[in-house]
Amino acid sequence: MGTLAAFFILSAVTLIPAVVVVTSKNIVRSALALVPTFFGITGLYILLRAEFVAGIQVLIYAGAITVLILFVIMLTEGGTGIRIRQVNEQVPVGALASAVLAALLIWVFLRTPWPQGPGALPEYTAAQIGTTLLSSMVLVFEVTSLVLLISLIGAIIIARRER
Amino acid sequence: MNWGAEIAKAVLAAVGMFTFLAIVAAMFGVLLERKIGGWIQSRLGPKHVGPQGLLQTLADTLKLLQKEHITPRAADAVVFNTAPLVVATAGLMGWLVIPFGTLGGTVLVVRDLNIGILFFAAMASMTVIGILAGGWSSNNKYSLLGALRSASQMISYELPLGMALVAVAMEAGTLSTVGIVRAQDGWMGSFIFRQFPAFVIFLVAATAEVNRVPFDLPEAESELVAGYLSEYSGMRFSLFMLGEYAEMFAMAAMTTTLFLGGWKGPLLPPLVWFFLKMYLVVFFMMWVRWTFPRFRLDQLLSLCWKVLLPAGLIWILISGYRITF
Repeated sequence: MGTLAAFFILSAVTLIPAVVVVTSKNIVRSALALVPTFFGITGLYILLRAEFVAGIQVLIYAGAITVLILFVIMLTEGGTGIRIRQVNEQVPVGALASAVLAALLIWVFLRTPWPQGPGALPEYTAAQIGTTLLSSMVLVFEVTSLVLLISLIGAIIIARRER
Repeated sequence: MNWGAEIAKAVLAAVGMFTFLAIVAAMFGVLLERKIGGWIQSRLGPKHVGPQGLLQTLADTLKLLQKEHITPRAADAVVFNTAPLVVATAGLMGWLVIPFGTLGGTVLVVRDLNIGILFFAAMASMTVIGILAGGWSSNNKYSLLGALRSASQMISYELPLGMALVAVAMEAGTLSTVGIVRAQDGWMGSFIFRQFPAFVIFLVAATAEVNRVPFDLPEAESELVAGYLSEYSGMRFSLFMLGEYAEMFAMAAMTTTLFLGGWKGPLLPPLVWFFLKMYLVVFFMMWVRWTFPRFRLDQLLSLCWKVLLPAGLIWILISGYRITF
């Protein structure tokens, strides 16, 4: 009962600011509304007992990504202080497409027999995540870090070329 | 689980923590700052209100409480009025995982989270949002400049801070703050000895993270008026200050927990030891503030990216090698 109530409250916390993100006429407000959305998702992670992922969610998404988005908006000329329209004349088409997608997703969710994994959740997931990342998932982990490194170098090259 | 009791407990803990911090960190901290500053600069500091000026900050707080809230006409009112709350809340949340000591076998900590130091880092990173929002919504170029400086500074210094936390977590084998204190056995067991580079990196990054001199570019009085604080008045201004001092004291408490053995120490009770060590770190930060001049922005960022970050990475490698083999 309590878990269900928490789920609905967290869903509201996630969804209401998400609506603000896509409808607000002020782009900085849109970016700031991302923060409560991320916190709602963090709450859902905690509800699923994934406390390490929840901590990372706050640190990376709410603390870093949002700040980067804000940073970019504020450094862009004319990015702040103007009223923008987030929608154009294709609203009905977009609404139709998303309604169809939502219906499809709900239909799939209802029909899929969700498998219950064997065994219990480990008491302390952070250590498990670390062990998995550096043993059976080591290739994926290294390739991901390589991709990040390449994008880092790419960003520097693009930024430097302007001189 | 009894939800009503849990929520009541959370509210009580929050109120207790808030009062404690408002008194110990903000009021007493500001007084300490001014007294130490006076002492270092050979002047007396606050002297007139109460015995030896002890009640000066109380008088200042009462004055600030009575001030009018001014919202500039060009400001984005909703964001402008929310930003101080974000900073204050983020400053206070970090205290949830700080273990103050032991009392008859139980550890005095609001919640011993098993992701303790990760939670702490996450909450420290939330301050930037409040500062950016406050600086932008003021609609004032000095505020915006201060906010942007603060964002670039705090995002950069979060990385070495995280590196130091990782090194300590590796040494202790846990992310829980209570576990880290327990892992520091004996007098020489404090991580300041085994993790000295991490200690230096953490202290420098923590000073930068709480925007203190020599890293106080976001609010540099002489060039930016007061940075993101320019347009704030009355209690909203003091909420920013409360958040800032709460975070500074939280960083000092975290340094105590991670490197100085937390509440451990001979003879004296654990609580006394904890506060002794914490105030020692606070004193050190204030000493630095009144001694060093301010960095330039490029010096600040190159110190982070070219010195602290590589040093942190190399230290993690060395620690890992030592722990594994």
